[in-house]
Amino acid sequence: MTAHERNLKTNRGGGRALPHTPTIRDSLRAVIGVVSFLAVSFPLLAVEPAEILVDPALEARARDVSQRLRCVVCQNQSIDDSNAELAHDMRVLVRERIVAGDADEDVVRFMVDRYGDFVTLMPPFKPATWALWFGPVVFVLLALSVARGLFRRRGMAPATAPLSEEEKRRLRVLMGEGDGRA
Amino acid sequence: MRPALIVPLVVFLGLVSVFMLRLIALGEGETPNRLPSVLIDRPVPAFALPELPGRGRPLRSEDLKGQVSLVNIFGSWCVACLVEHPFLMRIKRLVPIHGIDWRDKAEQGAAWLRRQGDPYDRVGWDPDSRVAIDFGVTGAPETFIVDAAGMIRYKHIGPVTPKVWEETLWPLIERLRRP
Repeated sequence: MTAHERNLKTNRGGGRALPHTPTIRDSLRAVIGVVSFLAVSFPLLAVEPAEILVDPALEARARDVSQRLRCVVCQNQSIDDSNAELAHDMRVLVRERIVAGDADEDVVRFMVDRYGDFVTLMPPFKPATWALWFGPVVFVLLALSVARGLFRRRGMAPATAPLSEEEKRRLRVLMGEGDGRA
Repeated sequence: MRPALIVPLVVFLGLVSVFMLRLIALGEGETPNRLPSVLIDRPVPAFALPELPGRGRPLRSEDLKGQVSLVNIFGSWCVACLVEHPFLMRIKRLVPIHGIDWRDKAEQGAAWLRRQGDPYDRVGWDPDSRVAIDFGVTGAPETFIVDAAGMIRYKHIGPVTPKVWEETLWPLIERLRRP
């Protein structure tokens, strides 16, 4: 018996719900239905069947390299994700070079030689990109040190000064303790 | 005012002005998604492309040596290429323009040139982006200036407009022609 049939049964047996009135159980069932539909659906692949290499090991390497290369048309997708025609041609080229015996790094360098570092989704580590790599860390450290300075100053704020004689006198007046004379 | 209050204010105003400047630059037509070409001052990639049917005069890298020329990436599918096309027809007397018909059906590329006019000296057919990728092409139209030694000296992305021609391309061509 499927969960669906079981649900139908309990509903019928219980007879608590009026006919055609959606119950909480009905809504739940709808939600479960949608969620399970989404769970078994797959994201669409940009890689077309005709592109895929016969050798699964080489294909896996091609997928890995493609995921590291930026589609220069869409710019925030890898060529593995992109449906752009140029991305298709680049994927085919990646596979050709891998079949021809290029190492993964050689294929990446082939693309960098033509499109620059931008074509790699992970920026290379070199002086020009130090700000990119260290920037976030530097800013966090800066923020922490500023915060520490602020909190320390607050902690060291001097204790409240004692009331002067004049203030004590006014206080006594306000509290109704005579005319203020000690 | 205490420095603890002034410093964040100054940092904030600094950030605001950076964002403002970028916004103004964008409004004036700057395009940050354009990639600088790494091929500038490097020799053109070696290639030999077939001709378009019935046109003859195919394009090979060897043809780009001997004089300053333009290499224009186009396609019959490319709308922006239509924009620059009449202007290419006007400047073809001033400098040899070679075309690379990119990701196109050969017959459609040839028909497009018959219909729109043919500003090109030589035209190579690149249906699967082989040479386009060697040139670091990201879209069409793109126009490269190649000097007499066969070195890529400039890359223009987008249609060649009279403004781009007068301010950038033509002065550079004249400079490269000087011995």
